[in-house]
Amino acid sequence: MRRFQAPVRPSPGAVAIRVRGLAVRRGQTAVLSDVDLDVRAGELLALVGPNGAGKSTLLAAVCGDLAPAEGTIELDGALLDAWKPVDLARRRAMLPQHTTLAFPFTVADVVAMGRAPWAGTPLEAQDAEAVATAMRDTDVKAFAARPFRALSGGEQARTALARVLAQRTPILLLDEPTAALDLRHQELVLSVARDRAQAGDAVVAVLHDLGLAAAYADRVVLLAGGQIVADGPPRDVLTGEALTSVYNHPVEVLPHPRTGTPLILPERRTPTPGASASAGGALPAAPAAPAASASAGGALPAAPAAPASAGGALPADQGQMRAL
Amino acid sequence: MRRPALLVGLGATLVLLALVAAGTGQVRVPPAEVLGSLLHRAGLDIGPMPSAPQGENALWVVRFPRVVLAIVVGAALGCAGALMQGVFGNPLAEPGIIGVSSGAAVGAATAIVTGVSTLGGWTVAGAAFMGGLAAAFLVYTTSRSGGRTEVVTLVLTGIAVNAVAGALIGLVMFFGDADAVRAIAFWQLGSLAQATWASVATTLPCAAAGIAVALATARRLDLLSLGDRPARHLGVHVERLRIGMIGVTALLAASAVAFTGVISFIGLVVPHLVRMVAGPGHRTLLPASALAGAIVVVVADLAARTLVDYQELPLGVLTAVVGGPCFFWLLRRARNSAGGWG
Repeated sequence: MRRFQAPVRPSPGAVAIRVRGLAVRRGQTAVLSDVDLDVRAGELLALVGPNGAGKSTLLAAVCGDLAPAEGTIELDGALLDAWKPVDLARRRAMLPQHTTLAFPFTVADVVAMGRAPWAGTPLEAQDAEAVATAMRDTDVKAFAARPFRALSGGEQARTALARVLAQRTPILLLDEPTAALDLRHQELVLSVARDRAQAGDAVVAVLHDLGLAAAYADRVVLLAGGQIVADGPPRDVLTGEALTSVYNHPVEVLPHPRTGTPLILPERRTPTPGASASAGGALPAAPAAPAASASAGGALPAAPAAPASAGGALPADQGQMRAL
Repeated sequence: MRRPALLVGLGATLVLLALVAAGTGQVRVPPAEVLGSLLHRAGLDIGPMPSAPQGENALWVVRFPRVVLAIVVGAALGCAGALMQGVFGNPLAEPGIIGVSSGAAVGAATAIVTGVSTLGGWTVAGAAFMGGLAAAFLVYTTSRSGGRTEVVTLVLTGIAVNAVAGALIGLVMFFGDADAVRAIAFWQLGSLAQATWASVATTLPCAAAGIAVALATARRLDLLSLGDRPARHLGVHVERLRIGMIGVTALLAASAVAFTGVISFIGLVVPHLVRMVAGPGHRTLLPASALAGAIVVVVADLAARTLVDYQELPLGVLTAVVGGPCFFWLLRRARNSAGGWG
């Protein structure tokens, strides 16, 4: 047996993940190309960008799930391939987008699985405390004894996060940690992530909510079409101009009046009072109009069509309600 | 904790049932006398000796090897089922899907028909063992692509191999004479009637080694239920674990099937029952499934040889007749309580 050597936590500011010239292909299509990225210990880095930009692919490549077509990825100072699976598991933890479970393990069982890489090492002594802390931080203690599969989507997502936190690695990779969560738990999860970064961990999170990225991230990397288009502090990266072009949708960015944090506002068409009156004054007119305009692919002159179609659909709905 | 209580309870039940089963049959020996006979052989002069005429002989020549083989076969099948379900992360998997049973049947049928006897009385068992192992690794290697094994591909390949094996058995029976056909048919139904100390001496070490290796990997099997990638993120060498465990399952199932033919349903239903009582953690599931499998086979064999006077029901038929509907009921229940299989 080899003697166990606990991984040394990189000092704050040291490069924990180094990506150089990374390209990833799926079949013939390049989904990532020419990606250079350094993630430092002590920072929370948000990966943002539209669907299909390559955020999850980049995260999967960094955690070793996808082999790069070109380029290198170094983790804690050594090439990804050079690490044995268990040594890698003691250095980085990965939260996947979805967690499925083949058997009815309880929430406490699932969180305890995060301690597996430390089995048989002196750090095994921390198991109970690490599991309890992770469950408290993610607010899952109340249903610790319930089967994981019986939980709601948001509860499952927090349990999966608790498992990853319990692994206690100096590198944390989180793929959409807030996707299934309500407002309070989104804030809770990102403040936990920020706390981990401030304690010296390198945290990378894929986020779709740009407001959350602006509020919590130390650094934002904006991806589009498989390439990094901007990399820097939230204020520099999340500008109206950049977001409008990357997301192909008009976006306004305003500083918060008190904190100065960027507030990201996609342009939303509000129905004119006249249009909603012509729809018979019924409730669903307001939500229906933005949905119709969104599906029109951002083509502006769709506006007159939206209330008309909403108005057409309404009498049927109302008729149904009366029938009920 | 619940774990020791469950394992001790199952173990005690198994010992009691084994004593009763050993004493039951045409020559009746009460459990106290069975125990007494065992202790006398162990050099302890405690308890009554069998009082029935030929009691001692019936126990040591016929009953004990049969009960011990039942325990070994049941433990191997129960543990192999739990292991397979863990390896594939699928509660409906069983050793049969990777082709062990049908491969073993082809091996045994070929040996019976060709009359090859290079291994003496062990030829049929040895051929079954080789057939099972070969089929399992054939399925596994052909279902690999790009260094990975997709579960769906593996299951479908297993189905194809099972179909081919079924055709081969049919072909072998077509070319065989009437005696060979009867022997194959009997072997396929499953029975412990041919149990001897020699067969125990072969299966016991194989089964014990397989169960020991399986227990050593219990914690990593738990992680596999998260899926391949999360298991790898937690430090499991997923491919290596899978290959190793498929080998262990082949060893367990083929060695159990070799002397007794195909005894169905044990590997499928026993782990389900245990999971309902003890939860899905493999550190409890594997040993408890082995013990419960042994209990089921001991009881089923007792029923097979005592239900009809002077006749022996085929064991595999009995377990399937009882086990099929039982499994169906379990499926419905588990599906409802889990809200679907997902």
